[in-house]
Amino acid sequence: MNSPKSRTKLAAIALLAITGGWAATSLLSTTQMTAFAASEKTGPEVTSFFLENGLQVVVIPDRRAPVVTHMIWYRAGSADEPPGKSGIAHYLEHLMFKGTKTTKNGEFSSRVAAIGGQENAFTSTDYTGYFQRVTPEALEDMMTLEADRMENLVLTNEIIIPERDVVQEERNARTESNPGSLLREAMAAALYQNHPYGIPIIGWQHEVNALDKDDAIAFYDKFYTPNNAIVVVAGDVDVETVRRLSKKTYGVVKRRAEPGTRKRPTEPPPRAARRIDMADARVRTPSFQRLYLVPSYNSDQDGEAEALEILGELLGGGSTSRLYKSLVIEQKLATSAGSWYQGGSLDDTQFGFYGSPRGDVTLAALEEATEKEIAKLLKDGVTEAEVKRTQSRLIKQSTFSQDSQSSLARIYGGSLMLGLTIEDIESWPDRIRAVTVESVNKAAKTYLQKKRSVTGFLTPETHTHGKEG
Amino acid sequence: MSIFSMRLTPTVVLAAGVWLISASVSTVFAVDIKSVTSERGIKALLVEDYTVPLVAISYSFKGGSAQDRAGKEGTAQLLTNTLDEGAGPIDSQTFQVRLQDNGMSYSFNAGYDSFSGGIKTLKSETADAFELLRLMLNEPRFDVEPVDRMKASRLNRLKGQETNPRSIAGKAFRESVFAGHPYSRPGEGTLQTMADIGPADLEDFRKRVFARDNLVVGVVGAISAEETRAMLDQVFGELPEKASLTPVPEVEPKVGEVNHIEFATPQTNIRIALPGIKREDPDFFAGYLANYVLGGGSFSSRLYSEVREKRGLAYGVYSYLGTYDHAGIVGSGSATRADRSQQTVDVMLAEFERMAKEGPTAEELEKAKKYIKGSYAIANLDTSGKIASVLVAIQNLGLGVDYIDKRADYIEAVTLEDAKRVSAKLFGGKPTVITVGRKVK
Repeated sequence: MNSPKSRTKLAAIALLAITGGWAATSLLSTTQMTAFAASEKTGPEVTSFFLENGLQVVVIPDRRAPVVTHMIWYRAGSADEPPGKSGIAHYLEHLMFKGTKTTKNGEFSSRVAAIGGQENAFTSTDYTGYFQRVTPEALEDMMTLEADRMENLVLTNEIIIPERDVVQEERNARTESNPGSLLREAMAAALYQNHPYGIPIIGWQHEVNALDKDDAIAFYDKFYTPNNAIVVVAGDVDVETVRRLSKKTYGVVKRRAEPGTRKRPTEPPPRAARRIDMADARVRTPSFQRLYLVPSYNSDQDGEAEALEILGELLGGGSTSRLYKSLVIEQKLATSAGSWYQGGSLDDTQFGFYGSPRGDVTLAALEEATEKEIAKLLKDGVTEAEVKRTQSRLIKQSTFSQDSQSSLARIYGGSLMLGLTIEDIESWPDRIRAVTVESVNKAAKTYLQKKRSVTGFLTPETHTHGKEG
Repeated sequence: MSIFSMRLTPTVVLAAGVWLISASVSTVFAVDIKSVTSERGIKALLVEDYTVPLVAISYSFKGGSAQDRAGKEGTAQLLTNTLDEGAGPIDSQTFQVRLQDNGMSYSFNAGYDSFSGGIKTLKSETADAFELLRLMLNEPRFDVEPVDRMKASRLNRLKGQETNPRSIAGKAFRESVFAGHPYSRPGEGTLQTMADIGPADLEDFRKRVFARDNLVVGVVGAISAEETRAMLDQVFGELPEKASLTPVPEVEPKVGEVNHIEFATPQTNIRIALPGIKREDPDFFAGYLANYVLGGGSFSSRLYSEVREKRGLAYGVYSYLGTYDHAGIVGSGSATRADRSQQTVDVMLAEFERMAKEGPTAEELEKAKKYIKGSYAIANLDTSGKIASVLVAIQNLGLGVDYIDKRADYIEAVTLEDAKRVSAKLFGGKPTVITVGRKVK
């Protein structure tokens, strides 16, 4: 039971933790992924090559323990779903464990378990990934199994209908049981007026209910092809072994489709500030959130993402940040307050603020105090000293990712999925170091405009109290 | 199989005391563990490794939330938030700036039986990192402003837990299973007890629990034995020689209760409990293997197959051996729609019964052994922080420095007869079943 505060401090690291097993609510902020990229001086020697079928393979040696992390990433996320089929990317992720022409339902997992391996899978707005952590001698088996299910998936109604119930229970556990999640879902839907990032990854319940085998196969046939995937192998391996094994296994998979360029519906210029007020009988402590539409590491111009990274940290990342000092310590208006930048997405993304009022303070008062901090920032800008401290801290922290082959595999895979290059990842500390006071101020002025934002209030639904608790 | 999405709620945390470092190690992996003793007699286990310029330290003091004084429940957990809020001559904000500028990551953790912590620091920053850790453990200030601020945050969270089905189920679970014992008390405190805790209570806890005779330390990374000895004396050398702990009695879990708590939520939380087995029990590995077959193996257990795969009743279903210093339990749980909750409970209990009657098959036991042996290095020895935690666990449980090498033999030694006998003992009995959700009409 980590304390809430130390959890916040370690959040960036926790975000990278690979959490296998059923209970794992994996958190991933690709911002932090990039933020924790290996530092340039002592980082790993990363190699990348392509097979003839278009599959990219990335190798990250870490010979300290006889363990390898094998991941495959597909450029297929919830934002790539056809209209009306929300949740299909994630549902397919579940169905990928259900067997192929030559393996039975569940055989993949039992073969991983039989050698003490760990495995799991994840879906985001921009990609779907699968991974196993095994001893090096099992790598070829893992590659064989993964290559097999890239082209030979077999689905029957008998298998996939109970799994749809499983997905509904997953949605119940993650979203329906949690008013905070419901608020975030509603806010994202309001922030994105045209782009599919407004649709939840797990899907809208009524649409998930209607998904069937044909939907899953259509999505599979469109996106699960070697030329749309990246394999990352990190750990106790050498490049030549990976090259030989990947040719032998993945190399025999034919190109199954040409997914083409990733072009989603785009956002119009935001003109109206939006508000979401959500009341729920289960809420005991009100909370405030605000999201701004901002560029991502992939969609930005001239280092805006790095400037926003510094801004998010300086303004609201932890207990020495401006927001925490002002709202929590000095004015005693809040029990928590902060800001964050979620830079790791293909298209325009979110810069967020949050806070929980202390005692009888109202959400309106908390919002006003947050706005004052934003106004002060826009008027006076940030200082050289603040920027320097933040740079130094982010760069120091990035070294920690080298201690975990899983983190490294995730950083590289996730970043490459978003259109970044290995050079982008490796030069991240330099680009953070190059951020200036002017670039931070400019990013703040350009993007922290209220018309670009959605404000969310989550409050108790007082009038139904006493009925069902 | 999970979704990564930005800023979801924090990770599910199982009940405190659960056997988290499920010690098991493959024989193929040789970790070179040195035993180090400082001038002042502080012992640590050390794994030197210079591949990455980092140092990770884990430590643990016996005596956790079970040492909270009556009426002051939540003290140990509040301590985890306040040790870093100013120490020695340095006030809270200045101290926070020092910690952040240093770049170290650190955490404190209070379970029922121990207060533990860890740091990870860049090699180049160790001097300052060790000094900051020394200050936090030896000279925390507990100034009123930060203590009140941390209390306000905790009170906020406690209020939120009143309507969190998982928290409601967890509270009912421990109050039923451990009725009358310190393990039944809320480690996180209550709105009342948290409000009553002051700086003097934090200092009182620290003085009773932070000592040298109940301390174990694990060190991993770019640090020599010599440097480790100096660090041990610097950070821990000034602590009192002896802790002053209130003895915690042994407790036999109380089971057989069926309790439904009405709560308007889309998903009914199910918790099941039976008496378990303690870590030092000679049958521990037999029980551990049997539990793996029942519900410990994530995607391949009987519960997973029957509840999730065949029937689509739930996203998650599990069982575990909860090993506390003074109790052992078998716990199990799931969550499903209200109208399928009884069916889910029935399916789960049927699997308990089948396991009690028949135990695992020879094939299941073999698979379990392979997994439990093979998974150890993969799960626990791939980062320096995790290895440091293993070094602490080995000492806490008195397993011996050669445990990592011997563990596979312990697992291999379990016979099918052992597994069946222990299954009958562990999974028989009439369990406690707690459900939190809507009543089915």
